[in-house]
Amino acid sequence: MNFTRRHVLGLTAGAAVFAVAGARISPALASAEEAEKMIMEFSGGATPGEGKISLNTPEIAENGNTVPVSVTVESAMEGDDLVESVIIFADGNPSPAVATFHFTEMSGEALATTRIRLAKTQNVIAVAKMKDGSVFMDKKQVKVTIGGCGG
Amino acid sequence: MKRLLIAGVVLAAVFAGAGPVMADPVDDTLEIDGIPITTRTASPEGHPFDEVYSGWLFREPETRDAERDSIENPGMIAVEDGEVLWSKVEGTAGKSCASCHGDAAESMKGIGAHFPKWDADSKKPINVELQINKCRTEQMGAEALPFNKGGQQELTAYIKYQSLGMPVELDLTQGDMQSWWEKGKDVYYTRTGQLNLACASCHETAMGKFIRADHLSQGQVNGFPTYRLKSGLTSLHQRFRGCIRDTRAEQPKAFSDDLMALETYVTWRGTGLSVETPSVRQ
Amino acid sequence: MASKPRIKVPKSASAGEVITIKTLISHEMESGQRKDKDGNPIPRQIINKFTCTFEGQLVFECDLDPAISANPYFEFNAKVPTSGTFVFTWLDDDGSVYEAEAPIEVK
Repeated sequence: MNFTRRHVLGLTAGAAVFAVAGARISPALASAEEAEKMIMEFSGGATPGEGKISLNTPEIAENGNTVPVSVTVESAMEGDDLVESVIIFADGNPSPAVATFHFTEMSGEALATTRIRLAKTQNVIAVAKMKDGSVFMDKKQVKVTIGGCGG
Repeated sequence: MKRLLIAGVVLAAVFAGAGPVMADPVDDTLEIDGIPITTRTASPEGHPFDEVYSGWLFREPETRDAERDSIENPGMIAVEDGEVLWSKVEGTAGKSCASCHGDAAESMKGIGAHFPKWDADSKKPINVELQINKCRTEQMGAEALPFNKGGQQELTAYIKYQSLGMPVELDLTQGDMQSWWEKGKDVYYTRTGQLNLACASCHETAMGKFIRADHLSQGQVNGFPTYRLKSGLTSLHQRFRGCIRDTRAEQPKAFSDDLMALETYVTWRGTGLSVETPSVRQ
Repeated sequence: MASKPRIKVPKSASAGEVITIKTLISHEMESGQRKDKDGNPIPRQIINKFTCTFEGQLVFECDLDPAISANPYFEFNAKVPTSGTFVFTWLDDDGSVYEAEAPIEVK
């Protein structure tokens, strides 16, 4: 086959994509897999449903070192309608675990805000576990940019 | 080969056509714990801009929100640390700042808005950091604090915070302040470093544009020491040195004549903006 | 330099009202990911747990991982049944415990 430069470039680009996708050992994907595993552990094997939980993150992080994140779960927080815990993951971080919030009836409302570190553009995932064992999930992508002057 | 060249030229044309990205400062107002903060105002006479803007207006909404309620502002940790230092006895005279200056909320009100001032003893402009050292060596029998050490940033933040909301205004009629202002203006517009950039290159000519993903502000200093989301509390001369380092030039020493002149001039460029210390920036 | 933790709790509330509490503590939150100038990893040292109780009852708790930013900030809610005192504790990896308290009056 007659390889023109364009052909070689095209192949290389494609190969790079396949290498990343297929290798399964690149840090980004290992983290996403790890996150999935931890979600299953947290949920006790139950597949999280949608709804009830709402994750609020900025679309673009001003700086990856300090990204405000907040999570709310619809719940009366009384009797059996109670959020027990909410776990937060960042699937592109060197280590995906971010925090686990524990709520009680004394919380009044299941809401928590904090600030997290994101190594790069990735998904932030929040999973809520209710007292009755049901599990809900929300996921948001946060773009983490490289700033300008370091200073 | 020819097809590759053409493809390259087309790509280049596409990117060139896109043009520089530009965004206005936001239309938003700031109150810190209920204190109104002037973040935009008419510029003083002889200013290159019609309006001066605080860097606050160039930040993302979440960053701007972090200043509104001081409990959320991580820079307030430094202010509290500074408060502790204010009452700490140091030096052979057995005094603390409080021994002479009492309640900082009273005695330090306005300091943050009116420094740098003319210092007749050294015949140079003096900023808060250097004034602290002057008090330490001359009144307290204590050693001068090294740059950015020993609580210098925290004390400076605490002192400047006592002027929160007050409009910045320098008195250039004192001593030789005017000639130091001229010198500072020179520094501001002089290109340095391998990248051949002046302060003006980014903060005047390219103000409002993006440098990679940072929205370029006017480079005002009304909020220093500032809390950078990237790296925590940052003093003004630290930031000056960092920016200059990033032009790939040799960094002037903190509090050197060049940087004191620059501080004088840059502070003037923000005349009318409220003291915002400790501001929250990227 | 460790100043005392900063907390914001309303001074008063009506019985059963749900209030917002905000807390901020000074801490580097050394993640364990960074390396020093010689390339040696800087050991992890973070606050790993934050707890808020009201009159001995758990209100809110957070298990922190190194991905929590320096100077950890939390905002959460609390239902106030009666007058009493909120107690906040932060646990450091090195075993240190930082504490703060805030009273609240139920009118």
